[in-house]
Amino acid sequence: MHALAERYENEIINFDRDKEVERICETMRNIMRSKLRRRGVVVAVSGGIDSSVSAALAVTAFGAKKAFFIQLPEVDSAEDTQSRGSQLIEHLGVEHTTHNIAATLDAIGCYDARDEAIIKTFPEYTDGWKNKIVIKGGLNGQVNHFMLVVQDPHGQMHEKRLDLREYLQIVAATNYKQRIRKSIEYYHADRLNYAVIGTPNRLEYDQGFFVKNGDGSADLKPIAHLYKTQVYALAKHLGLPESICNAIPTTDTYSLPQGQDEFYFALPYQEMDKALWAHNVGASASDLASMLKISEEQAKFVFQDIDNKRKTTHYLHAKPYLIDSIPELGL
Amino acid sequence: MSSEAKIRNYILENYLFTDDESALDSADSFLDKGILDSTGILEVIYFLEDEFEIKVEDTEMVPENLDSVNNIVSFIERKRQ
Repeated sequence: MHALAERYENEIINFDRDKEVERICETMRNIMRSKLRRRGVVVAVSGGIDSSVSAALAVTAFGAKKAFFIQLPEVDSAEDTQSRGSQLIEHLGVEHTTHNIAATLDAIGCYDARDEAIIKTFPEYTDGWKNKIVIKGGLNGQVNHFMLVVQDPHGQMHEKRLDLREYLQIVAATNYKQRIRKSIEYYHADRLNYAVIGTPNRLEYDQGFFVKNGDGSADLKPIAHLYKTQVYALAKHLGLPESICNAIPTTDTYSLPQGQDEFYFALPYQEMDKALWAHNVGASASDLASMLKISEEQAKFVFQDIDNKRKTTHYLHAKPYLIDSIPELGL
Repeated sequence: MSSEAKIRNYILENYLFTDDESALDSADSFLDKGILDSTGILEVIYFLEDEFEIKVEDTEMVPENLDSVNNIVSFIERKRQ
């Protein structure tokens, strides 16, 4: 085996699961004790792998009685993700509620604003059509740009490059979904004096794949240091239902099925994990090329894409900038 | 106004918030110098298509065409030929 691939196998694939779960749970309890001072945790459960593992870790750390789960579907949520969320809740035996946010999103203009931008690109788009956004460019050394893919009621797919204004409007409108969800999570957290758990994995967190003040907002993010491959490994280790352990990651935000690699990442997550890890340990493009069986030029573009996304999304991580520091608050 | 001046003014006004010409060298890489991020490059494409009435094709969306004032000026000249 290639030396880099062997190192990845040893460090990332074959990590000590028991030890990691113990370390995460102890750190979560420490943070709650010393920093957050809340008496339990709220987790929004989507049915995806990340929120499922975060939810299971929260229950392991604090117990089922100190957790509250929420399902927050809307009209574009896939039925299978909702059903996986329900299976998880039943499996972990945690008190929960379901709040369908479709009416709120409709009232705030989320769907109208999104459809207005889609119609500028596809004037024939109407009820019964489905949509998604697909990213292009990163693997070819091009500037990342975005295609709108729509499906007509006969099942025919159509694709066009999105003009910037329409792209920004569609993303801004769909970001309402994550921001409304977060408001509801904090409603329950405030009501119960609980903390909110954020559920990004390392790939999402590092590459800025989250909505500021939406899913990016939380008090504690227990798996932000773990590569997605490791999150899947923990799901199995924690004995989560098979349907969750085998779930294919989607954004669950657009009406057409949309893989995360279609929307945001240059490569599927298994390869993105390897690329991000290789970049973090200072591997060369030629080493990554052998590891992923892609050309050296493509490997170089993948590294560039990682760096570009870090730069572009840095402000999503940043606290608001102040003109002067406020040392009394440590800010 | 020359193409170069139009592009320089656009970057100075929208991303550097200044009319100080010395703030931007026409050879400066927008990405390396942190002047623009990838959304900023898409903004520039939008501006070029509108201002110079050109269509930037997917395959042309590469840093060699778009990552500095000089690169953009040469790119527009090639597009107009």
